[in-house]
Amino acid sequence: MNLKKLLAGSALVTGLALFSAAAVAEESVEVLHWWTSGGEAAALNVLKQNLEKEGVTWQDMPVAGGGGEQAMTAVRARVTAGNPPTAVQMLGFDITDWAKQGVVADLNDLAAKEGWDKVVPAALQAFSKYDGKWVAAPVNVHSTNWVWANKKVFDDLGIAQPTTWDELIAALDKIKAAGLTAVAHGGQPWQEATIFDAVVMSTGGPEFYKKAFIDLDPAALNSPTMVEAFDRMAKLRSYVDDNFSGRDWNLASAMVIEGKAGVQFMGDWAKGEFLNAGKVPGQDFLCFRFPGTQGTVTFNSDQFVMFKVGDDRKAAQEKLASAIMAPAFQVAFNKVKGSVPARTDVDGSDLDACGQQGMKDLAEASEKGTLFGSMAHGHAAPAAVKVATYDVITAHFNGEMDSKTAAEELAKAVAAAQ
Amino acid sequence: MSQATPETAVRTSLLVRALIYAVLLIFAVYYLLPLFVMLVNSVKPLDEIRQGNMLALPQVFTLDPWRSAWSTAQIGVQPTGLRPYFINSVLMVIPAVAISTLLGAMNGYVLTKWRFRGDGIVFGLLLFACFIPFQIVLIPMARILGLLGLAGSTPGLVLVHVIYGLGFTTLFFRNYYDAFPTELIRAAQIDGAGFFRIFWRILLPSSGPIIVVTVIWQFTNIWNDFLFGASFADVDSQPVTIALNNLVSSSTGVKEYNVHFAGAVLAALPTLIVYIVSGRYFVRGLMAGAVKG
Amino acid sequence: MSLSQAAQPAALRKTSELTERLQRALPKLVLAPSFAVILVGVYGFILFTGLLSFTDSKILPSFNLVGWDNYAKLWGFRNWITALQNLAIFGSLYILICSALGLFLAILIDQKIRIEGILRPIYLYPMALSFIVTGTAWKWFLDPGIGLEHTMHVWGWESFSFTWIKDGKMAVYCIVIAAIWQSSGFVMAMFLAGLRGIDNEIIKAAQIDGASNFNLYRRIIIPILRPAFLSVFVVLAHLAIKSYDLVIALTNGGPGRATEMPATFMYSYTFTRNEMGIGAASAVIMLMMIASVIVPYLYSELRGGRR
Repeated sequence: MNLKKLLAGSALVTGLALFSAAAVAEESVEVLHWWTSGGEAAALNVLKQNLEKEGVTWQDMPVAGGGGEQAMTAVRARVTAGNPPTAVQMLGFDITDWAKQGVVADLNDLAAKEGWDKVVPAALQAFSKYDGKWVAAPVNVHSTNWVWANKKVFDDLGIAQPTTWDELIAALDKIKAAGLTAVAHGGQPWQEATIFDAVVMSTGGPEFYKKAFIDLDPAALNSPTMVEAFDRMAKLRSYVDDNFSGRDWNLASAMVIEGKAGVQFMGDWAKGEFLNAGKVPGQDFLCFRFPGTQGTVTFNSDQFVMFKVGDDRKAAQEKLASAIMAPAFQVAFNKVKGSVPARTDVDGSDLDACGQQGMKDLAEASEKGTLFGSMAHGHAAPAAVKVATYDVITAHFNGEMDSKTAAEELAKAVAAAQ
Repeated sequence: MSQATPETAVRTSLLVRALIYAVLLIFAVYYLLPLFVMLVNSVKPLDEIRQGNMLALPQVFTLDPWRSAWSTAQIGVQPTGLRPYFINSVLMVIPAVAISTLLGAMNGYVLTKWRFRGDGIVFGLLLFACFIPFQIVLIPMARILGLLGLAGSTPGLVLVHVIYGLGFTTLFFRNYYDAFPTELIRAAQIDGAGFFRIFWRILLPSSGPIIVVTVIWQFTNIWNDFLFGASFADVDSQPVTIALNNLVSSSTGVKEYNVHFAGAVLAALPTLIVYIVSGRYFVRGLMAGAVKG
Repeated sequence: MSLSQAAQPAALRKTSELTERLQRALPKLVLAPSFAVILVGVYGFILFTGLLSFTDSKILPSFNLVGWDNYAKLWGFRNWITALQNLAIFGSLYILICSALGLFLAILIDQKIRIEGILRPIYLYPMALSFIVTGTAWKWFLDPGIGLEHTMHVWGWESFSFTWIKDGKMAVYCIVIAAIWQSSGFVMAMFLAGLRGIDNEIIKAAQIDGASNFNLYRRIIIPILRPAFLSVFVVLAHLAIKSYDLVIALTNGGPGRATEMPATFMYSYTFTRNEMGIGAASAVIMLMMIASVIVPYLYSELRGGRR
């Protein structure tokens, strides 16, 4: 081994690397996100192409894993190092937490020019704005209290869409008796928490949900109503198959699509799976609100937070924000993604039946004041509280504690996480 | 019936030998099974994987998953496959391995041939660096990289990997040079050779085995690292492990297991090749030094 | 070429003294950059983490001190206790079984096995794989629905059941299995090198004295391998701590939080829950545990094993 050659070689390679890193791109945006697969990536690609038409290059920084966990770590390192990406995909209170650090941009001028205040629902604005300034551009609104059912299974067993908890249990009993898996579920903490959102809402109603999850009132968290909610979770546990632990959510959707299971309780991103499999809403599958939560919507919204960047990148950043909020993009993106546009003034007739239903529900709930952030997806309380509730919910679901203890633990965990 | 060859120190009977072979083969199956599962399932079409069982040979043989994993699979917004990230990994790994090996060699040389008071403590302190969990390092290192202007670049990644590889490389070389006869050094000094000349002319040329061990160890660790790559890399410098994770951990869509397995094997190919090609030198290298006191 | 030293003018003498002193300091100068960099990058950062553990850091470091609050909170978390228990189980099983298995295989291969050339790469290659690859492959293998249990059912063994990975109490042992798979070949290579390095004369002498095979190994060969045990221990302890990647890939801490480890706990609190202060406290405890095991061992080996 000729060491001198080796050293020269590595010096050359290092030099090349440095050179390439120094090459600067003209108007470009660097976007960090975790949409790395088929449907979502295709939806994001629409944005990329729209920007390229305006002369802005898209530099992609995908970091998959954990629904954004790894991405958040990467963001932290980048911000600490002093070179944040132009925009980062973020959910709910994470946006607020970052805005508090004073590292995000001020989009008020752009927002005023394009009139964002009027078209984005107030509940979303709570996250897109911080201290009165726009800091993020919302891409979509997902809602989490949906049920997805295989229509054939329902028809064969003579089940009508359940509208109350008791009807739901009766339906699940029928499916289980027929030898199918009643509830397709993926045993991951966030999935259990997603179901818990809906169960709490259906057990205690919107006021209770607000008191417990948004106000974090200990009296509501450790209350008989909460114990009842946990009891209902335990009941639902009896309808899942033995292999549920650790299963990814899209594999649970596949169970319903293929008719091996009856229903899945999941947010409306599940619709993307059904559509991708060529299924038609109303014909092959049903979408309805979790029984007891009709008229309310628990939502989460993917938003792109704009970080403070140098003046040379500001123009491109504003173009990105504007492109995200463009009505045409909002429709095109949400058609692919399965969610609902964040703007209330777009024409939803291009969306499928469930999407249109979602838009209607969103507008209705926003007006009535029953549009609440989802706890399971970081829109009701900050990350520390959210994950603390995960701990209790998943421990209870896996049989490690009874409902009474769970309610106590929930109040304790939430208190400790604040 | 006993076999006692001159080299075999321990005498064994034929029955015992048969048992030994059996045990070794059973373990070989244990080690090979996951690789077999990955390879066999990476050439099946997706429905066959869903229907069938993981150990069955493919009924329909297809190389599409491999093509997809290499150049068309969705890694981010673009369907680029793993190919572009390979180059990033290579650009990062080669300098990092070279520099950390060289520094480790010099450190080992100093610690064994140029003793000074407290060198044991210095070595102990360097050694403890092998055990630090990388998560602790992320935030402060990000700040420092930012201050140095190296954030998000390949040289930054190289620096980080060199720092955290020093513990091991120093350990390997120090053990090796410890066994190196000091008389040769003394003789060279009497002849007038200085610090560096002794290093280049005497120690390094006979360090072949331990260089192999160190290079293999460093190459594997740095190539397979995920945490630093995820936190300190930029658009132009993301290594292949990040791309593989993006491929495998996507949160929606059909899980194309065959593509995942093909991608996993592709990402592991360089290290696999290094191990298989240099396996024999590896053991020789270990013999020569890494396992001595 | 050379004037005698006494004949050299004063200035030249000074420079040659300087160069001599430089020459003497050179070794330390060479070592210094590495030492400095480790001092900052390892010990400096450990101190920084220690400092953070006494602050109210949330999403980013903050320097408001809060005393022992974080530590007090830490011991109240169920997950933390679970994580410590899992580390104890995983760490001890992993290091013990891996060492024993590696030694066992090395001894077997040392018996002049003819297929060694084929076996060695087979035993070694798992180490070349990243934890993501290992975790993905084993996750598949251990899943009852598509892995081993399913295959056994398809092959006719209907009652075969292997659902450890879905069982809260047994899932941690799945991690042990995958981790041992990854590293035992490497350990075998280290012991094999050690065995090959033993002087044959010693062994022959012992055999002439009438030592049985068993005693030969127990009394003579294994003690000679002490330096190899040190290296093996260092490597395995290092890997046990880095097992974060493997746990995430294999079980992601599940079922529920049953396979939480201090490393995943620390990561979760620091980066996911935005509670950096508590994450730092857990990291400090983790480091103390690591140090309490490794430092005494290193100390005894480096002191005692000197020639």
